[in-house]
Amino acid sequence: MTDLSALPPAHTCADIPVLRERGQREVFCGLTGIVWLHRKLQDAFFLVVGSRTCAHLIQSAAGVMIFAEPRFGTAILTDRDLAGMADANEELDRICVTLLERRPDIRALFLVGSCPSEVIKLDLAKAAERLNSRLLPRVRVVNYSGSGIETTFTQGEDNALKAMVPLLPATDQKQLLVVGCLADVVEDQFRRCFEALGIGPVHFFPPRRAAELPPVGRNTLVLPAQPFNGETVRTLIARGATVLPAPYPFGVEGTTAWLTAAATEWDVTPDRFHAVTAPMIERARTALARHRGHLAGKRLFMLPDSQLEIPLARFLHREMGMDPVEIGTPYLDRQMVAAELPLLPAGATLSEGQHLERQLDRVRAAAPDLVVCGLGLANPLEAEGIATKWSIELVFTPIHGYDQAGDLAEIFARPSDRRARLRV
Amino acid sequence: MQLTLWTYEGPPHVGAMRIATSMRDVHYVLHAPQGDTYADLLFTMIERRDQRPPVTYTTFQARDLGGDTAGLVTRTVAEAFERHQPKALLVGESCTAELIQDQPGALALGMNLPVPVIPLDLPAYTKKENWGAAETFYQLTRALLSDRVPAPGTAREQRPAGRRPRANLLGPTVLGFRCRDDVVEITRLLEQLGIDVHVVAPLGAVPEDIRRLPEADFNIDLYPEIAHTTAAWLQRNFGMPCSTTVPMGLGATRDFIAEVARLAGVDPAPVLGRERPGVARLDGSQSRMQWYARSVDSTYLTGKRVFIFGDATHAIAAARIATEEMGFTVVGLGTYSREFARDLRAAAQRYGVEPLIADDYLEVEQAIAAATPELVLGTQMERHIAKRLGIACAVISVPIHVQDVPARYSPVYGFEGANVLFDTWVHPLVMGLEEHLLQMFRGDFEFGDDAPASHLSHAGKSMQSQTPAPTVEPATSDPDAPPWTPDGEKELRKIPFFVRGKARRNTESYARERGLREITVETLYDAKAHFGR
Repeated sequence: MTDLSALPPAHTCADIPVLRERGQREVFCGLTGIVWLHRKLQDAFFLVVGSRTCAHLIQSAAGVMIFAEPRFGTAILTDRDLAGMADANEELDRICVTLLERRPDIRALFLVGSCPSEVIKLDLAKAAERLNSRLLPRVRVVNYSGSGIETTFTQGEDNALKAMVPLLPATDQKQLLVVGCLADVVEDQFRRCFEALGIGPVHFFPPRRAAELPPVGRNTLVLPAQPFNGETVRTLIARGATVLPAPYPFGVEGTTAWLTAAATEWDVTPDRFHAVTAPMIERARTALARHRGHLAGKRLFMLPDSQLEIPLARFLHREMGMDPVEIGTPYLDRQMVAAELPLLPAGATLSEGQHLERQLDRVRAAAPDLVVCGLGLANPLEAEGIATKWSIELVFTPIHGYDQAGDLAEIFARPSDRRARLRV
Repeated sequence: MQLTLWTYEGPPHVGAMRIATSMRDVHYVLHAPQGDTYADLLFTMIERRDQRPPVTYTTFQARDLGGDTAGLVTRTVAEAFERHQPKALLVGESCTAELIQDQPGALALGMNLPVPVIPLDLPAYTKKENWGAAETFYQLTRALLSDRVPAPGTAREQRPAGRRPRANLLGPTVLGFRCRDDVVEITRLLEQLGIDVHVVAPLGAVPEDIRRLPEADFNIDLYPEIAHTTAAWLQRNFGMPCSTTVPMGLGATRDFIAEVARLAGVDPAPVLGRERPGVARLDGSQSRMQWYARSVDSTYLTGKRVFIFGDATHAIAAARIATEEMGFTVVGLGTYSREFARDLRAAAQRYGVEPLIADDYLEVEQAIAAATPELVLGTQMERHIAKRLGIACAVISVPIHVQDVPARYSPVYGFEGANVLFDTWVHPLVMGLEEHLLQMFRGDFEFGDDAPASHLSHAGKSMQSQTPAPTVEPATSDPDAPPWTPDGEKELRKIPFFVRGKARRNTESYARERGLREITVETLYDAKAHFGR
């Protein structure tokens, strides 16, 4: 179909050894997903039931980017709730009702569990049920956990989507369901691309409005767009859907393989596939070439953070010529990266979990050219002379698909570009 | 349960992190789940710290809960001690760990480490960041000085003749407001008076410095939110006097000089003698601010309506500066520091405004909208409120963002601090004659409602693109008021944006009280004459 001969051959690394680590983690909890989910779902409000720490976390992770009109908040537990002086359930109902009165535009309310709400065993499922009997059909209440004792960073999105799966209407129609939060601009590009290929109907999950849920059923083909939505995908399978295994749509190779997975199911002819994708591939290659000079031959160390590490390491290695030293991932969901693992280079260490201090020792010993890490570690590593890239940028920036491939490469090339410019 | 959209303060353990990160050779082991490490980025990103905060997290998970979380604590303490070799160890817990009651402090004490171990008990469900910082500083000081507390009634040694007086500077921390530069400025000021700075703490101090605190003659409490508890304890147990004036603003700086000179037993004249309050000359003060405030260009500042909100220390000081040194009119004064509510209430009474004691961002936003100020002095939260309301704003207090930690020297205390504040508060305002031109030629297509000061035009544009919510008028129309005629409405649009809400409200209440059927251009000007300014 497409000429991939320019790319290095794939090693078979599906059985790549994994270094399992346990200790301090420097990773956000699942609450952080609210920062992008509340922007994606324009009619939803996310209410964390937790502590001041939870509120402070989301605010700090979000910075000022979205200060304007937050569609999220925290119901902060106080000692009265803990001491049982106030009935926490009544309090929660009161807050939800007040909130919805103030925001009549809200159609879906997500009650998000946190570490403290789980430790005190506040039953948010019951709360959602209770509120639904009161608020439906105007507002649908859904609950999920974003707690740090159970979820890491992007797992929050997985839990949020999984909580919506039982609400999806049923269909027996053959259709494509793209799973994972994508930037609106990327979604529109993919929609045009599928249409040009004659693939359809196509639905995206999550949708832009929580009140417009896509259907699912036994003729639904699921194409995951993000590697961290494993539980959601498995729940969709339980509803009869079939998963199309593919690498993720990062870079030319990933995007082509990802689209191919769908095209095969819709019997798209090679000619048509080529006609549709060739101009985009050409554009993307031109964009990538601009950044290869900053990246080729450079050694890459990825700390476990967004769960995007494996597909991105594949892209950076195979298309940008980078040499991954260690690829960290908060947890290894083999089913979700089955098509990615064989594309990783032999010799790279794959690590799961984290013991921060030991990992930083390995970073120092490896002296890589670029470390991908969280915000808390970036400046301290820079001060040790190590170039860094914040992984949070990868979930806040459109990076999927052909037309973002150049932007994705640029994110990793920028630190080197900057270092080359500065004379101070 | 309390609904919160944005919070002014973090949880108390973040306050403890500020103390640990301010100091050297202190490590903090925090019993906390994954996710709580987010707090590291406050230090490394907002303040651009080039080292990780000296904090080790236990990172317990759900699967640990049925098992041995206590063992996780002792393992983590042992590893952290081995690796970081601190001279003092703080041990505490975050909100979730508080619920599982592992008592990490007691566990660590039981390990018999060869350094002082200070257990921190910071109730996460009742207290907040500043309290946590104050309590941590106090517990640390108490623990490190426990063997040095003199017997009650012991007379304090007099300063030997010939030794210069010494003062400790208490309270500066990382993630405080301009602490780094305030310390430099106040140290310079004390040098002019012949007073030595003995210890600065917590910022830059090592545990041994804390043990030297009682060797100073007195303490200077620069940031009461952080240091008041510690300073009061040192006063009770070591008989160390403590200053009470916060040297922010020109008048307060002069008062501060008089106070510390008295505490130190030195003559303030070498410094105060050069200060000539009320003299409209460049040499009237060490601070240029005095002449700048009196220069004719500043007359346009007269009576500008200013709303002030922040921590109590900076808010109260700002109200005095605004009133006495800038010639503004304070139209609102508030704080989120409930611990200092009494001080703020007293200040509000002095300036004739209702005190606002609140940590609810929405309540503050409403109060600002209702007060229709021309300038907001606040935290980064108020910066966003002001942006949304289209009002000028300067940040005077934590919480802050990265742009509030400037590379240049920019204290807000002392003589230079007065200069910095003058510049910072004047900068966002539309200046002098430009203001007149904007008002005279409201209809100019290049002006419009959103026209910022010409020197801010770039900021104005990016502000528009960053703010998805449309700018709303501070006060909306009263449904009971008579309708506006098209001409009346058009005339109202010619009134500057930041006072238009007030003009609308006044005119509508004027019209309603007189039972008018409609509001015309004439009604607008009748009301203007009636209310006056």
